[in-house]
Amino acid sequence: MSTTSSGFKLSEWIFTTDHKRIGILYLIGSIAAFAVAGLMALLIRLEQMSPGPTIVSDAYTGGDQYNVWLYFHGAAMILGFLIPGLTGFAANYLLPLMIGAKDVAFPRINALSVWLFWAGIVMALLTFVVPDKPDVMWTGYPPYSIKTGGNLALYVFTVHLIGFSSILASVNFLVTIVYMRAPGMGWFQLNMFTWSCFTALIIQLVFVPVLAAAVTLLLMDRYLGTHFYDPANGGDVLLYQNLFWFYSHPAVYVIFLPAMGIFYEIYATMAKNPIFNYKAAVYGMCGIVLISGEVWVHHLYYSGMPDWIRIGQMVTTLLISVPVGLMTISLFGTLYRGAITFNTPMYYGTAALYLLIVGGLTGIPLAMTVLSVHLGETSFTHAHFHFIMGIFAAFSVFAAVDFWFPKISGRMLNEGQAKLGFWFNFIGVNVTFWPLFIIGVEGMPRRYWDYSQFPAHFADYHKVATVGAFIVAIGMALTISNWLISAVKGKKAEDNPWGSKSLEWTHTATPPGPGNFAEDVVVDAAWTPYNYR
Amino acid sequence: MRKTSMKRVVSVVAVLSIGLPVLLAHAGAQQGGGPDPAASWNHLWRDVLIDLFVIGSVFLAAGLYWVYRYRATRSGQLGDAPKLTKMAAVAFAVIPAFLFMADDFYLAAKGWTVWNEYRNVPRDAVEVKVTGSMWSWMFEYDNGVVTTFDPDSKTGDGLVVPVGKAVVLRMTSTDVVHSFFLPEYRVKEDLMPGRVTYLWFKPKAAGETIATCAEYCGNRHSFMWAKVKAVPPAEFETWLADMKRKGA
Repeated sequence: MSTTSSGFKLSEWIFTTDHKRIGILYLIGSIAAFAVAGLMALLIRLEQMSPGPTIVSDAYTGGDQYNVWLYFHGAAMILGFLIPGLTGFAANYLLPLMIGAKDVAFPRINALSVWLFWAGIVMALLTFVVPDKPDVMWTGYPPYSIKTGGNLALYVFTVHLIGFSSILASVNFLVTIVYMRAPGMGWFQLNMFTWSCFTALIIQLVFVPVLAAAVTLLLMDRYLGTHFYDPANGGDVLLYQNLFWFYSHPAVYVIFLPAMGIFYEIYATMAKNPIFNYKAAVYGMCGIVLISGEVWVHHLYYSGMPDWIRIGQMVTTLLISVPVGLMTISLFGTLYRGAITFNTPMYYGTAALYLLIVGGLTGIPLAMTVLSVHLGETSFTHAHFHFIMGIFAAFSVFAAVDFWFPKISGRMLNEGQAKLGFWFNFIGVNVTFWPLFIIGVEGMPRRYWDYSQFPAHFADYHKVATVGAFIVAIGMALTISNWLISAVKGKKAEDNPWGSKSLEWTHTATPPGPGNFAEDVVVDAAWTPYNYR
Repeated sequence: MRKTSMKRVVSVVAVLSIGLPVLLAHAGAQQGGGPDPAASWNHLWRDVLIDLFVIGSVFLAAGLYWVYRYRATRSGQLGDAPKLTKMAAVAFAVIPAFLFMADDFYLAAKGWTVWNEYRNVPRDAVEVKVTGSMWSWMFEYDNGVVTTFDPDSKTGDGLVVPVGKAVVLRMTSTDVVHSFFLPEYRVKEDLMPGRVTYLWFKPKAAGETIATCAEYCGNRHSFMWAKVKAVPPAEFETWLADMKRKGA
């Protein structure tokens, strides 16, 4: 498919150390996780269509079925799709090309990363086979996760495998960016996507070990009789929540930063403009790295933490708006006096502008301790993080596949079908999540499958949201089938169909062969990936 | 030069457009006796919504206008972005950064004020002990009266509270983490084994509302709710004495 033209050989893919093939392996794994987790979302939405059992069997076992769907949807979307789709697929395929390198610094470790990730996906899928299906949500809070009959080990081992994979990948790519840039390529000549991965991977490297430790202690509490989280024996319930969110809030930026990076690339290329105030955006990304470790308590605003830290982290959390604001201004500013052409990735880019505003701004009330005391754990929160972390980031992955599809496959997508898929996706997500914002403010809690205690009109909003989810399902079917069919039957692509100035378009064959570049890349001080004039 | 003065105008307009509605919304600040967290919450929520709506509209309008205005008109056309001078680059980072920070601190200050109201329990508050267990709530009053509620049959007194008085709940859990969520009173707080947490609220009118679990706790999480009934203070006292007599 990508690196050789001598036909398909399975062993070449299994034993590959080529970053491009590894990137494609990440893409296949993450889209598979997305598809299964997406089916779970459809089941969840069907169940919520009416109060009382809709598709679950009855009121007493219904929770057991529903909670497994929730668990799988959350864990697989975040750990199996968003993180590997961005820092796995996109970073693997694009980073070495963008910095003019032949491969990553440690190609064999890279191969280990991708197969650890696949093992994690298989481990997660075992959920549907084992009798004691995990039902601990992607958060795994004790004491519930220790007391439940659901299989905690499956959850912990999935986190371990994907966590190891992430740590190895972080080291690999950080070393690659620091040491393997083309001669002459200074730090302020890097692509925005490269910067976004650089900052995201620093966060990943620092915080993933904390998560690994937290879930390992959980495993020991459950199976070895330790009491780290057991207050009856001197442990502490809140310790886990602190450790978990100490990782998991920064993890949001591991997703957000590369997603922004992708949209910068698309904006600059399609508007034929340099990035507006490049350095401000880069400092913004660095600012996020600095602040990301001091905001986790906003997930614990009503958990019984001391008052002073709830207020302190309200301020740090609100201040996230400063670096994010600078990045947003750079993104929007890149359009100013541009010459924009609209392919499907730019459609997603335009939608991203709206998603960023809605998803970002609805985070502000949740950053405020006192507003969060009502809005937290309601479907307002649920809609907020779906807008910014779910849809914004998922759209960036779809846009990335569409945008670099000619480079990766050597063929063009069916543009009409891609745009149709986009419209279904965009309309669908709005129909799904706006009703949830509204009933969230009225108190609809998260993770409920029955809501008979609430006013009857909640059911109407849930019905609309369910219709929305199925509109998205049509959009995704159009999108994914387009990738599969066009990869084989699409029109042959030119080397640089979007007229980009970035190295992966200007200096490589389509698709790039082994070693990426025909000759060593050297850039001069005047070169930038956005040099359109 | 004209550009710099333009920029100044733009920033003044931005400050006013963000600040004014919020200040105006605030002109009719709260009246009436004693703190009322739910009312303060509603008020703050409205202010924040206006603030966000203004910021969001400015960004969205600018973004969408540019997407429309700067579409390419001929093939091969290149962008014509002005090259930023060093000063302009710094200004475009520093000025928005300060604007965002100003809004952040403003919101933080407002939020902190209401937060203090949420955490300072009035001295005359009626105290009820709440215990959460998978999957029901138990309420224990000062005089030893204990009530519960069964969501399936919708029987039991649930939480009965006096109108117009502050009610403070001291809460703990016997098993896993739960969260006591009173949507109508705009408040929730988690319960967990090994700690006692609290929240307080003030019922303003007689009537029935609900309390429902907001922290995932397994199979019957959706069903872990109880009736909350606010009654006039005299009726509350009678009810409490009756329950005591019945030995509840």
